[in-house]
Amino acid sequence: MTEDFKDNKVIHAQSSETIPGGAGGSVPDLDYVRPAEVSDQDLYHGHSFITKWVFCQDAKVIGIQYFCLATFTGIIGLILSWLMRLQLGFPEAAGFMTAEHYYQFVTMHGMIMVVYFLTALFLGGFGNYLIPLMVGARDMVFPYLNMVSFWSFFVAVLVLLASFFVPGGPTGSGWTLYPPQAILEGTPGSGMGIILMCVSLILFVAGFTMGGLNYLITVLQARTRGMTLMRMPLTVWGIFTATVLAMLAFPALLVGSLMMMLDKLLGTSFFMPTILKAGEVLEYGGGSPILFQHLFWFFGHPEVYIVALPAFGIISDLISVHSRKNIFGYRMMVWAIVGIGALSFFVWAHHMYVSGMNPWFGFFFATTTLIIAVPTAMKVYNWILTLWRGNIRMNTVMLWCLGFIVTFVNGGITGIFLGNVSVDVPLSDTYFVIAHFHMVMGIAPLMVIMGAVYHWFPLVTGKFLSEKLGKWHFWTTFLGAYSIYFPMHYLGFIGVPRRYFEMYDSPYMTSAVGMNEFISLAAFLVGAAQFILIFNIIKSLKTGKVAGKNPWQANSLEWLTPTVPPEHGNWGDRLPVVHRWAYDYSVPGAKEDFITQTTAPSEVADTKVEKT
Amino acid sequence: MHAGIIFFLVILGSVLFHIFTPWYWTDIASNWGSMDDTITLTFWIGGGVFVAVCLFMVYCVFKFSYKEERKAEYKPEDKKLERILTWATTLGVAALLAPGLVVWNQYVNVPKNALEIDVMAWQWGWQYRLPGEDGKLGTTKIVNINDNNPFGIILEDPYGKDDIMIQSDVINLKNNRPVKILLRSVDVLHNWYVPQFRAKMDAVPGVVTYYWFEPNKVGEYEVLCAEYCGVGHYAMRGGVKVQSEQDYEIWLQEQETFSELIAKQKKIELNETKLAKK
Repeated sequence: MTEDFKDNKVIHAQSSETIPGGAGGSVPDLDYVRPAEVSDQDLYHGHSFITKWVFCQDAKVIGIQYFCLATFTGIIGLILSWLMRLQLGFPEAAGFMTAEHYYQFVTMHGMIMVVYFLTALFLGGFGNYLIPLMVGARDMVFPYLNMVSFWSFFVAVLVLLASFFVPGGPTGSGWTLYPPQAILEGTPGSGMGIILMCVSLILFVAGFTMGGLNYLITVLQARTRGMTLMRMPLTVWGIFTATVLAMLAFPALLVGSLMMMLDKLLGTSFFMPTILKAGEVLEYGGGSPILFQHLFWFFGHPEVYIVALPAFGIISDLISVHSRKNIFGYRMMVWAIVGIGALSFFVWAHHMYVSGMNPWFGFFFATTTLIIAVPTAMKVYNWILTLWRGNIRMNTVMLWCLGFIVTFVNGGITGIFLGNVSVDVPLSDTYFVIAHFHMVMGIAPLMVIMGAVYHWFPLVTGKFLSEKLGKWHFWTTFLGAYSIYFPMHYLGFIGVPRRYFEMYDSPYMTSAVGMNEFISLAAFLVGAAQFILIFNIIKSLKTGKVAGKNPWQANSLEWLTPTVPPEHGNWGDRLPVVHRWAYDYSVPGAKEDFITQTTAPSEVADTKVEKT
Repeated sequence: MHAGIIFFLVILGSVLFHIFTPWYWTDIASNWGSMDDTITLTFWIGGGVFVAVCLFMVYCVFKFSYKEERKAEYKPEDKKLERILTWATTLGVAALLAPGLVVWNQYVNVPKNALEIDVMAWQWGWQYRLPGEDGKLGTTKIVNINDNNPFGIILEDPYGKDDIMIQSDVINLKNNRPVKILLRSVDVLHNWYVPQFRAKMDAVPGVVTYYWFEPNKVGEYEVLCAEYCGVGHYAMRGGVKVQSEQDYEIWLQEQETFSELIAKQKKIELNETKLAKK
């Protein structure tokens, strides 16, 4: 913040000496913002239904398309989880399900939720909708490429779902797709299933790269006048950093998928050592299954943060707006996001402590993993310190935020168990792991998504979502999900391994039958509760309370468009000019408890603003 | 207000659940009590942070809920507070990491007197081999595996002749004697895991992996596969019997060596050919 201001001073000596509004400095100087360096963007405006709503180049529409398609695949993932929980809790009621089915559902549930739901929704959905609006751009810098990005994702989803209908069904190798089993008989879907999975992932990565380049260059090049990097809302910082991670991490998944396809189709041996199957030696030799695991987790761990960082950013903004208070320690928050992003590339092998890699790696990866806990903890402190002495609106959005804090801290702490190499040994591959990652990267990001939906719905549609339905939705989801995953940790302590179709009658497992039934019931309930949201959306679109402009009294640019919902091009005739960061809430001396980013210092001359 | 109460009850419920849970560790039967201790330590520090953060949050909900007339505090940064929190967290993390690394150091360094056991995994079962009197396992090759030579021992290798082949999916162990588990797989990934021993490691085709533990409680335990290995994963079980030294020696005497196995097989084949001639 201050650095940029100094820049201004060097170039334009007339710039005001003091940052705060108030006495001193003549009015025009105070409001000075460096002129734009590039001319305004020309946009292609759609004319027909097809160019407006189908092959559309408006980032907002693309964002909604991403959102809807990701939600659709998410619902498929949800139904798969119901089927799994039916088998685990009430096996006699799931007589139709074979072990093959079960493992296919496990695999598709995992892959769908992580990649096709969470990643697509945060980056494709929120990224597309919010980035141009929040940085004051008319659209993404490459609108056509952006459109192709969505349609690549669409084809990727089609290919993924097509694998349900090929001979052998979808792959059942677990979402980690570990070879050799992924491409060998004995694993469901080891024929067409795994090939379609790889093709789908390759399409997803290709499409995502197009979108990702857009996000990065839009943030770097298309910010409006006055929108310095250190004035950007944390949502943009989160999505931006996550996109950088994605650009670096997805290639590892891409080559992993490609190499596995070559092993399967052309008989190469990247991941395949000499193998004896059913008494016969296969025509493979010399490859390393662990190499795939390194490639997979070099993607897989940053992937966790690709989901988490946008969630961190969004939650920071929601908490700040609804606490009527600036986010505490903004600069710390930015550096924590960037630091976590950088560190996330040095921790991947903590998924592989007992994989058979050289055990000496354990020392290094345990250390890096626990270091990452420090910036993450700082973010948690700053969220609760933002609540501290705030003026907290206890609405649905805030409830989701509080739910996020509880589930995220819970899941973060269990991450410290698993990251700490020797503590991981007894717990890895047990239900403790399932409980941990669902809490931290399933439920916690879901809380953020829901909070964000309730927060930005008035912007997208001009109507509020129903608060009453929202509260029902929140409490069933939060209490239900917590009672699924909190007790599940203890299954892991008993030693129940994950990915077991049946438990048989091992003594320590039979003691858990009751808990499994309870968890399944809670899972059915939580899943069903999500349809409250769909009902709420439909009902509110029809009869919801009209929101009007800036209904939450927020500061950031997306609420300040001339029309609500914003039109294509976002800003009408003139781009907004930014004078301050997005967090001037409850500034002493100000008439209202918020000062929008476009408010010039001269307009709030009596306030004691500390940051710009 | 209500929200604050419910959040408080969730935290309280979590703590009570942890105290009164009937689901907890299976009784340990190996030397890795130190792993349990590091988990307990992590529970105290981590659990403490969880409760503190959540209770602070609940307090804020009660104390700072929206009031028309109140204005929130305006304080963008507090360098001192942020510095204190950073260092306190770093300290806590270091306190967790250090014991973890110490235990890991024990885990990767196998004691010299450990008995070696060759565990070979396949879809879907386990086979075991012990070194013979020479104390060394014969070298193997997957392509050598056949009915007469289930481990694929290289016939020319003198160390292999006296290797003891266990023809059962239950392996016996000597109480209070460290064992080094050498893991091999002929097909896909597996993981030889006994919850009571705490330790585990993947078996990876193409390489030999290892880990060690010292059983310290006589009894019978179930072996589970802990790495997904295809459709029979959940059914891939075996057994371990930890015995006193006396019982172990008796059991050991009953097992056949590789040479004996081959001789027996040859005899059977000879008889079969004789029968065929008749």
